[in-house]
Amino acid sequence: MSGYLADVAALARKDLRLELRARDTLPAMLLFVLATLVVFHFALPADVGNDPAYGLLWVALVFTSLLGLARAWVPEREAGALDGLVLAPTDRSAIWLGKTIASLAFLGAAEVVALPAFVLFFAPLDGPALAGVVLASVGICAVGSLVSAMAAASRGREVLLPLIFLPLAIPIVVGGVGASISEEPGKFLAFLGLYDAVFAILSWAAFEYVVTE
Amino acid sequence: MTEPLVRARGVERRYGARRVLHDVSFELGRGGALVVTGPNGSGKTTLLRLLVGLAVPSRGRIEVALDRARVGFVGHEPLVYRELTALENLDLFGRLYRVPERPERIGMLLERFGLWDARGERISAFSRGMTQRLALCRALLHEPELLVLDEPHSALDAQGAELLDQELETLVPRRALVVATHEPERLSGLATAQLALGTA
Repeated sequence: MSGYLADVAALARKDLRLELRARDTLPAMLLFVLATLVVFHFALPADVGNDPAYGLLWVALVFTSLLGLARAWVPEREAGALDGLVLAPTDRSAIWLGKTIASLAFLGAAEVVALPAFVLFFAPLDGPALAGVVLASVGICAVGSLVSAMAAASRGREVLLPLIFLPLAIPIVVGGVGASISEEPGKFLAFLGLYDAVFAILSWAAFEYVVTE
Repeated sequence: MTEPLVRARGVERRYGARRVLHDVSFELGRGGALVVTGPNGSGKTTLLRLLVGLAVPSRGRIEVALDRARVGFVGHEPLVYRELTALENLDLFGRLYRVPERPERIGMLLERFGLWDARGERISAFSRGMTQRLALCRALLHEPELLVLDEPHSALDAQGAELLDQELETLVPRRALVVATHEPERLSGLATAQLALGTA
């Protein structure tokens, strides 16, 4: 088990190092989420109340994560590095978990900027809404890392990723918006937690079949 | 006779309607060196990818009596991260392969393949020859018992090719080697068997 976790740590650390060096993904995610919130700020009529704004926050977060996920496996596609990882004697699910943790770090960094901007432009965020963001981010990155690996292996990756990922993200948006605006956010948070658990286990188990023939 | 490390029986591989390999069979034991030759498109690379488990046969069987921790592979691509340095790449793969005394082993390989001075440079700044040397370091890092090399001399200069030949000479008596090449004469002193692939 400690060997597995050491592999996951080494793989996640590698992704963070690559991003710190190349700065390919995070700056794009930050600019995108800020630009989206600014556009929504001017697009939303002033007298509609806060509820639609919470919906737009979730649209912004899902599409920002999509931007990051589209680039998640680019370093592995270059120079055949994914084959190198697949040949290594590590459990293949460690590759998925390392990528999920790195994607979560990037999305979390984007949210650190996006959430204060949302509060500034639109409405306050309470505890359940923030808990919803945390749970939703875990689900987005768990499913997204698997789906983006599937897309990366295909020729039509730019089209395939949103086509597969967005339908799978609908429950996340339902849970996230519910946790943000419902008077009983607990059931939506429980729903998000269940989604995370189910899809994390499925992705963990399925990853081997995605990266091997 | 020692038990074969690799046994291929009636291997066929298709990509859609196109048959790339047809009825390939061979055995290879420790100390054996199989040289695979054939024109472009004859399936050399496909056969090597089947051997290391990166692809599966459409028909027939390939049995490798080794854990994948004991197999080393050099393909057409270097299988490393272009934006990591040589040292960072070897450290990452060394961790995944649980290489004992990793820093010493990495340092020794970088020295041997003439990359020590470039150890802190990103691979994206490497020439093709330097990248190929690094790919060889990565494949040898965990001291594999089966080494599978796809045109390993390509992109190497005379000195690099000489280094590789010397390395293979020291490896073969203790390990098994499969090399796909367009220069079989280069390995004539090592080869214990030859497999000539034709267009299927």
